[in-house]
Amino acid sequence: MKYQLELQNITKSYGDLKANNDISLSIEPASIHALLGENGAGKSTLVKVIYGSLQADSGQMQWRGEAYTPKSPFEAREQGIAMVFQHFSLFESLSVAENIVLGLDGVVLDDDFTEKIIKYSKQYGLDINPQQVVGDLSVGARQRVEIIRCLMQNPKLLIMDEPTSVLTPQEVTDLFVTLRKLSEDGCAILYISHKLEEVRQICSKASILRGGKLVQNCNPQDHNKQELAEMMIGKKLIQLARSNITTGQDIFSINNLSRKSEDMFGVDLHDISLTIKEGSIVGIAGVAGNGQDELMQLLIGEVEAPTDNLVFKGEDIGRLNSHQRRQLSIFFIPEERLGHGAVPDMRLNENMLLSRPQQSEMTSYGVINWNNVEKLTQQVIDDFKVQTQSSKMQAKSLSGGNLQKFMVGRELIQNPELLIVSQPTWGVDAGSENNIHQSLIALADQGSAILIISQDLDEILTLCEQIHVLSEGKLSSAVDMGDNGLEKISNLMLGSVEK
Amino acid sequence: MIRLIPRTQPSKAMIFLSPLLALTLTVVTAFFIFTFILTDIEISRVFYALFVEPLIDTYYISELLVKAVPLIMIALGLSIGFRAGVWNIGAEGQYVIGGITGGAVALFFYDVEGFWLLPLMSLAAILGGMFYASIAAFLRIKYQVNEILVTLMLTYVAVLFLSAMLQGPMRDPSGFNFPESRLFHDSALLPIIWQGTRVNLGLVFAIIFSFVTWFGIKKHISGMQIKITGSAPRAAKFAGFDDKKTIWFSLLISGGIAGLAGLFEAAGPIGQLNPGLPQFYGFTAIIVAFLARLHPIAIIFSALLIALTYIGGENAQIYFNLPSSITNVFQGMLLFYFLACDILIQYKIVFIKAIRQKL
Repeated sequence: MKYQLELQNITKSYGDLKANNDISLSIEPASIHALLGENGAGKSTLVKVIYGSLQADSGQMQWRGEAYTPKSPFEAREQGIAMVFQHFSLFESLSVAENIVLGLDGVVLDDDFTEKIIKYSKQYGLDINPQQVVGDLSVGARQRVEIIRCLMQNPKLLIMDEPTSVLTPQEVTDLFVTLRKLSEDGCAILYISHKLEEVRQICSKASILRGGKLVQNCNPQDHNKQELAEMMIGKKLIQLARSNITTGQDIFSINNLSRKSEDMFGVDLHDISLTIKEGSIVGIAGVAGNGQDELMQLLIGEVEAPTDNLVFKGEDIGRLNSHQRRQLSIFFIPEERLGHGAVPDMRLNENMLLSRPQQSEMTSYGVINWNNVEKLTQQVIDDFKVQTQSSKMQAKSLSGGNLQKFMVGRELIQNPELLIVSQPTWGVDAGSENNIHQSLIALADQGSAILIISQDLDEILTLCEQIHVLSEGKLSSAVDMGDNGLEKISNLMLGSVEK
Repeated sequence: MIRLIPRTQPSKAMIFLSPLLALTLTVVTAFFIFTFILTDIEISRVFYALFVEPLIDTYYISELLVKAVPLIMIALGLSIGFRAGVWNIGAEGQYVIGGITGGAVALFFYDVEGFWLLPLMSLAAILGGMFYASIAAFLRIKYQVNEILVTLMLTYVAVLFLSAMLQGPMRDPSGFNFPESRLFHDSALLPIIWQGTRVNLGLVFAIIFSFVTWFGIKKHISGMQIKITGSAPRAAKFAGFDDKKTIWFSLLISGGIAGLAGLFEAAGPIGQLNPGLPQFYGFTAIIVAFLARLHPIAIIFSALLIALTYIGGENAQIYFNLPSSITNVFQGMLLFYFLACDILIQYKIVFIKAIRQKL
């Protein structure tokens, strides 16, 4: 048996679209194999075929030397294929052990079973307490629960979909230790990620998909990050760097902002202060759930802020709603696309109207000028290369990355003096990420100020010249990036807020 | 095995076909019901009386139009609220209160002539309906009380209030103690626009309101605001729309227009205030609004369709001694089939070979 899993000429179409076009690839036993590709390249489809949730139109699979045609994930699991999804499927009100039992067939929760969980968690360095309630766990710990649940099935192939997108740098390091141990024990791992630096660290083989086809197999360690990205998108990436940063006056400041969260599970914000100059890009790093959502709500104006806590060009904007703030040329891109930044059931041109300045051609006295709305929508689609059949498509029909491009374009087309953006490239592929980053830099070069809240540390390091860290609702002062800057940030993210 | 699979884009064909399909299914089901319960009457005659006669006889056509007016008006108001996720179930109550406040003006100025009287009565009716709906709006915003319960329960209060008024201050002094008001004098009655029938100016207003509502929803940012507040509250906040204002707005407008409909009924076909004012139009209008998929222009047609079930039902009662609940049966079936068929706009039916599932 040379290969753990072998795919031969797998093709899967949705209507006219060939999501997987004649893909052949082989995964060696005990290897960590990366599956790379832009959004829509066909990664998810391929994984679903392997995991049995979809059936290929044509082509064969061989699992450990034998023909393999899973009709359902159940059959795949029976064969020893397990998967950790990007979005966890855990019950928050149940304990770790109860959650693990629920995912398995034919076991009962007894002391033996708890012992077994502890055994696995020790063996693979997955620090977890079986009695703890999942609702109290960090994202990283939840992922460990999912991994242990998979390991209990003794998998021979573990599929991981974007496992590090929610983890702190330290948690990523821990995860890699676990994955290496697993592969040493003979389990093959199929690793799907956008983060090319991590892929280079941990994977010894990579298969790159583009437009549904397999374009290249390579050893990611032989290539640098940029080369990998260029293979994925099939063209050259533009090098990002802010050449000459010229900052002007202070334009926006947050002054000693504290707020108790109204939500039981929300995070209270403590004494947050920050100043942004014209032409500068300021980043707020930090792991999700440390107050980002709460801060963003205040910044957008969905929740009122106390007097003089938010000051834009000398004016207190704390009590203005988002529409009023837009009239001052402050624009926003929220993290969540469907349901927050865009209405899923509405067309793109209707979604255009969510964000409009008073002096726009879109409305006069409240009456909508659909011709102009249409023109602007088309301009966003063209300028930001949003892939959609027309401006009349429902927002929910666009892929995440394309909708993100639309939302970024919708705000940038207004030339904001201050842009506040959360997770600008969440779930977006390398090519689009590059485009979005370029346009943010271009905006700042014009003299606008940008505030970026992001969990993606690479992104913050690339774009921002002033970096703060948000942890447990407290914001650090700007981090001096001189010596061990990265280490400082990492420590701050883990909770030791600088005094 | 049959499965429903989501379509990538809503089906245009089904948007038009689904009402027709629902109508066909209703008629087919009705056919079976009648075959089952009617043994001694020719079914074709029943169907003629139910569906054909009301459409070819001018008297019946005029009555269809009369019935459609309150349904159109109330359904328009409700459709605005339903888009915003504000469920005003008690338009019947606002309708009755509007009838009372508007009617009170007519009775106060009894025998006073003047072109200003009808506008004044209308204003009073709108304010009455708005006031009644505002109770629900206030309780919802201030104390998060569900507006479905408040508006529904207030309906019963309104009907009892009407009966108290008719037995007390509003009773006709020379009416032999019947619980009825005086008959409104000419200045307080809506002008007839089709001589020889009961069709009055209310119809013109109902149609104007339909187009105004259509314009508001389609072309004005407030229509957008209502739609977004209903379907994606967080996106509404992101856009800077105030959800409290939306709740106030949709309840006030649906209450106001229902109140006006109540007055149009009192100052139109009835010509006085009497216990026959509440006709469950407020509830039936919910069906009208949904049959029209909340579209303001389509509401005119769905109101006519529902009016047909009223007239047809009355015919069946008169000619064949069928129970009056036949109207409700038809209305229920229509809505049921329509909602079921509408699934096919977003989903398609696929037949797939059974997969043996290993368990």
